[in-house]
Amino acid sequence: MKEITILSGKGGTGKTSITAALASVAENAVLCDSDVDAADLHLLLHPQKKEEHTFSGGWIVQIDQSKCTRCRACMEICRYAAIHFNQEGQLEINPYQCEGCRLCEKKCAAEAITSVRNNNNYWYVSETRFGIMVHAKMGPGEENSGKLVSKIRGRAKEIATDNNLQYIINDGPPGIGCAAISSLTGSHAVLIVTEPSKSALHDLKRLVELIAGFSLPAYAVINKYDIDLELSSEIESYLKDNTIPLLEKIPFTPDVVKAMIEGKTITEYKPDSEITKSIKKIWERIRY
Amino acid sequence: MPFKIAIASGKGGTGKTTVAVHLYWYLANKYSPNIKLVDCDVEEPNDIIFFPEAEINEEKAVFQDIPEIVLSQCSFCKKCAEYCEFNAIVVLPPAHFAEVNNSLCHSCGACLEACNDNAIIEKKEPVGSINYYRINRGNGIKEGILKIGSVMQTMMIRELKKSVSNKNEIIIFDAPPGTSCPVVETVADADYVILVTEPTPFGLYDLQLSVDLLNDMKKPFGVIINKAGLGDDQVYNYLRDEGITLLGEIPFSREYAVKYAKGELLDDIPDIIDEHLRIIAGELENRLIQYEGNNYFKW
Repeated sequence: MKEITILSGKGGTGKTSITAALASVAENAVLCDSDVDAADLHLLLHPQKKEEHTFSGGWIVQIDQSKCTRCRACMEICRYAAIHFNQEGQLEINPYQCEGCRLCEKKCAAEAITSVRNNNNYWYVSETRFGIMVHAKMGPGEENSGKLVSKIRGRAKEIATDNNLQYIINDGPPGIGCAAISSLTGSHAVLIVTEPSKSALHDLKRLVELIAGFSLPAYAVINKYDIDLELSSEIESYLKDNTIPLLEKIPFTPDVVKAMIEGKTITEYKPDSEITKSIKKIWERIRY
Repeated sequence: MPFKIAIASGKGGTGKTTVAVHLYWYLANKYSPNIKLVDCDVEEPNDIIFFPEAEINEEKAVFQDIPEIVLSQCSFCKKCAEYCEFNAIVVLPPAHFAEVNNSLCHSCGACLEACNDNAIIEKKEPVGSINYYRINRGNGIKEGILKIGSVMQTMMIRELKKSVSNKNEIIIFDAPPGTSCPVVETVADADYVILVTEPTPFGLYDLQLSVDLLNDMKKPFGVIINKAGLGDDQVYNYLRDEGITLLGEIPFSREYAVKYAKGELLDDIPDIIDEHLRIIAGELENRLIQYEGNNYFKW
C-alpha cells in the first residue's frame, strides 16, 4: 500500500483541486481529507456518509462558583494565563486560551474545578464516485487537529487494507506546523503543489526542509505556472537543486473555478484538456 | 490601548497577506503613522516579501520549557505520566525508563507539580524567533517564524503578540489560515476581524466555518471579497442572507496576480485598488464607530 500526501506550504495553490483530479483518474484508492481545519475536498467529491463518529477533542474546564474560594491557586499555576477574574469578581476560565492540561483542577483545594470532554468534532467514512473517502468536520476553534488527522489517516489505512486497495490519496493542510506534520508522519510519498510567486517559493523552501526531516520521496507540480514565467523557472531550478522531480507545469485557467462551481473535478469538466493529460501523467509517476 | 485588527480566512490563499500589507500601507499613509503590522502566520510568514526595503532591526529567539527526567533521581512512580494530559511522558518501571516526548509536550508544568522526587528539570528548546523589521512607513513589521519541525505554532503566536508594544495606535495581525487554535490565538484580543474570502465554493464554505468561529467568540467582523469577478455570486448571497457586513472587494486581474507573484504589490498601486482600499477603510471606520459607541473611534 502506498499513501501519497499532497502538501503546499502556502495555502491556495490548488492542493484540493489537484487531489480531487487525481482521485478521478486513480483506481484502487482510498481518499482522505487531512485538512480538517478547512476541509473542502467534499465539495468536489460529494461524499455519501456511511459512518459518522464523534471525536473527543480537548477538555472543557469549568469553575463551580459555589465552591470556589477565590484563592487564586489556579490562576497562579496556569501557564497559559487562561484564568481571569470576570466583572463579577469571579474566577473564570477562557476556553480559547485553556489548553486542557487540567493542572488547575488538580491544584484546586476546594475541588471547584471539573472537566468534560469536548465532543464537537466528527469524522466520517463515505462513498464517492471515485471510491471510499474518510473525512472530518472539526468544531470551531478546536485544538486537536493533529490527533484528528492521525485518526482519519489511520482509518483510511485500515479501509485500504481490508478492501485490498493499493493507494491512499491524502489531501493535506497548508503550513508546516502540527497539522502538516501529522499528515506527513508515516506517509510514503509527498506531492507538493506550488505556484510561481515569491510567497509560494519561500513557503516551499520551508516545506522541503520539513519533508527532508522525514526522508520521504517528494515530487512537485507547479500550478498556474504561466502567471509568472520568471518565478516558475526560479522554482524549477530550486527543485532541481534539491533533486525533487518536477512532474508537470499546469497553466492558469478559470476552468478550475468553473469546474468547482459545478462541483466537478477539472478532469470531469474538461476531459480532453491539457490539464487532464497532465493529471494522468502525474498519477502515472507517483503511483509507482 | 491600540486598536487591534486581525485579518483572517478559513481557506488559504484567499488574500490575507494582500489585504494586510495594503491596509497597513494605506492606513500608515492616510491615517496614522503609529501603526504596526504583525505577521502571525508563523508557519509561513510572507508579509515581509512585499517590503523589499525592510531592514531587520532585531531578532529574538523564543524558547519552550521542555521537562527532562533525571533518571538518577526518579523513583519511576509514574505520577508525572498520570498528570500529563498530552500523553507526552512514557515511564516503564521494570526497564528503569522514563522519557518526555518533546513533540507532544505542551509545557504546561503539570509533571513538575506531580513529581515528589525532584526528578524533573526544565530545559529551554528553541521553537522559533521573533523578527522586527523597520520600513519607511509606520512602525514596521514584526513576524514570528516557527522553527521547522516544531509544532508549537500557538505558543509562537502568543509570544509574538506579547512582544508588540501597546504604544502603537493601530495593530494589524495577519492570521494563519484555518479555524483551529493558532487562528483563535491570533484573533483572541482583536477588536475587529476582517475575513478575506474569494467568490468560489471553497472560499464560501471556509468562510462559513470562520463565521461560526467568530460568532462563537463573539467577535465583531466584516468580510472582504478578494479576486472578485473570478467565480460566482454565492458568497454575496450568503453575506446578504446572513446580514454580514461586506467591507469591500478587490477585483481579480491577471496583472495584479503577477504583481503579487513578484512581491511588488505596493509599487504603483493601481487607482482602482486605491479606490477599493478607500472604501474598505471608510467602511471599517463606520463599523468601528458603531462598535465603539460612546468611545467614538476616529482614525
